[in-house]
Amino acid sequence: MDISLFSTLLEAKQDIFAIISLSFIVSSMAIFIGLIIGLPLGVGIGIFSFPGRRLCVALIYTMMGFPTVLIGLIVYMVLSRHGWLGELNLLFTPEAMIIAQSMLTTPIIMGLTFSAVYAKSQYIHDTTVSLGATRWQLMYTVLREARKGIWVGVATAFGRAISEVGAVILVGGNIVGSTRVLTTAIILETRKGHFDIALLLGFVLLLISFTVQLFFMFGMMDVFRSKGK
Amino acid sequence: MNKRWLLALIILSSIVFLILYSNKFILAGQPAIESKEIIRVATTTSTYDSGLLQTLIPVFEDLYPEQVKVDVISVGTGQALALGRDGNADLLIVHARSLEDQFMEQGFGEKAYDLMSNQFVLVGPPSDPAQLSDAKSIADAFQRIAFTESVFISRGDESGTHVKELSLWELSNIKDLNKPWYLSIGQGMGATLQMASEKEAYTLADQATYLTSPYNLVVHYQGDLELLNPYGLILVQDSLQREWAERLINFMLGEEGQALIGSYGIDQYGQPLFIPQAKIR
Repeated sequence: MDISLFSTLLEAKQDIFAIISLSFIVSSMAIFIGLIIGLPLGVGIGIFSFPGRRLCVALIYTMMGFPTVLIGLIVYMVLSRHGWLGELNLLFTPEAMIIAQSMLTTPIIMGLTFSAVYAKSQYIHDTTVSLGATRWQLMYTVLREARKGIWVGVATAFGRAISEVGAVILVGGNIVGSTRVLTTAIILETRKGHFDIALLLGFVLLLISFTVQLFFMFGMMDVFRSKGK
Repeated sequence: MNKRWLLALIILSSIVFLILYSNKFILAGQPAIESKEIIRVATTTSTYDSGLLQTLIPVFEDLYPEQVKVDVISVGTGQALALGRDGNADLLIVHARSLEDQFMEQGFGEKAYDLMSNQFVLVGPPSDPAQLSDAKSIADAFQRIAFTESVFISRGDESGTHVKELSLWELSNIKDLNKPWYLSIGQGMGATLQMASEKEAYTLADQATYLTSPYNLVVHYQGDLELLNPYGLILVQDSLQREWAERLINFMLGEEGQALIGSYGIDQYGQPLFIPQAKIR
């Protein structure tokens, strides 16, 4: 890397800061939404037996592996002027990107939560119910016991969300100053042949991802739990 | 660390987070824009990558301080036209005349104008395996590529460049492109030039992208009338921002806009990347 690269970066400092913060905000909101929807559903499906449960699980796992550019296309069509939610005027806004990324994070959190809970549920069920637990107490106990698997789900979902580019560029438009994030900026610089800038942005993305995943890892390793529990 | 610490951390982060989120426009380097009108311009990746609009648009925005913001979305030609059809953009700047005419005929465009033009150039490796240095015409050049079976990279994405390229093969009477030396990659101009550089192959490029790209390719043929690359400006029928879009159109077709277009690139590349050519169709 040469000096001119750094001077270009300093000029673009304002832009870069906006790009980084938007990446972080969009993906964090997507995780937040993914937790609100995915966590209760994942726990519920993991604990309780009901007709069609296996179909549900199969659907969740299918959604986890759904091609993300297709998700972007579907969200684009829904948010488009003549689409179902066209009046909301959400296309090419950060909100649209959050919606698209939430459709990635929710199945992942749901699926991995289910998986963690299901593995423990039989054992917990037998133990707690025999001790007289209510349904809510059962759910709470299972959640606590399966927490490590849930952290894994959140970490995986975040990694997926922050590295997403196809869906995000489709519904966001990569507009400078409002919907450009690290991944879409990398695509732009690569397309223009500025590989050095693209690599630098990639490095920044990696750094952010690593920092956040470190936090999730602490969660996984029970750093956040008080001693003696 | 214990539970109370974690709870405090979560609450604090949530508060900070919500503040950041509600102020995301401040973070993005501009004040909350709810009060500004937004004009959406859909253009092609090659037009956008030339950097012209990044020069032109701030001048326009400064004419109406704090009132308007122009969002530029750069996609493939086909997608830009689709954005126009769907009413998701207010203005289109593309360079595929036959597709533009079709767009107008189908009633998706309110008005169309000539904006500017430049040329397409046939670029290739310095070694010039197809001996294009003494080609007499663009048809001759294309024929030489076909007969020497030199690798040629095609955009393959129904872009303005691709449409032009196909018309040139037809002009050269080369019918069968289903050959191992003809690579249709379905990507943008930058990626196409990159591949041509890597594979020491030929390709057809618009002059603006070629000049602004850092690859090891030289121009082997240019100048024919068929290589003219006119850019069209279309006001979308469905636009909700007609008034503002027309102000932007008037700016770009007006004296100041055309002067800016005509001088763009001289400093950096030694020649202007576009020739101003305002005209109503």
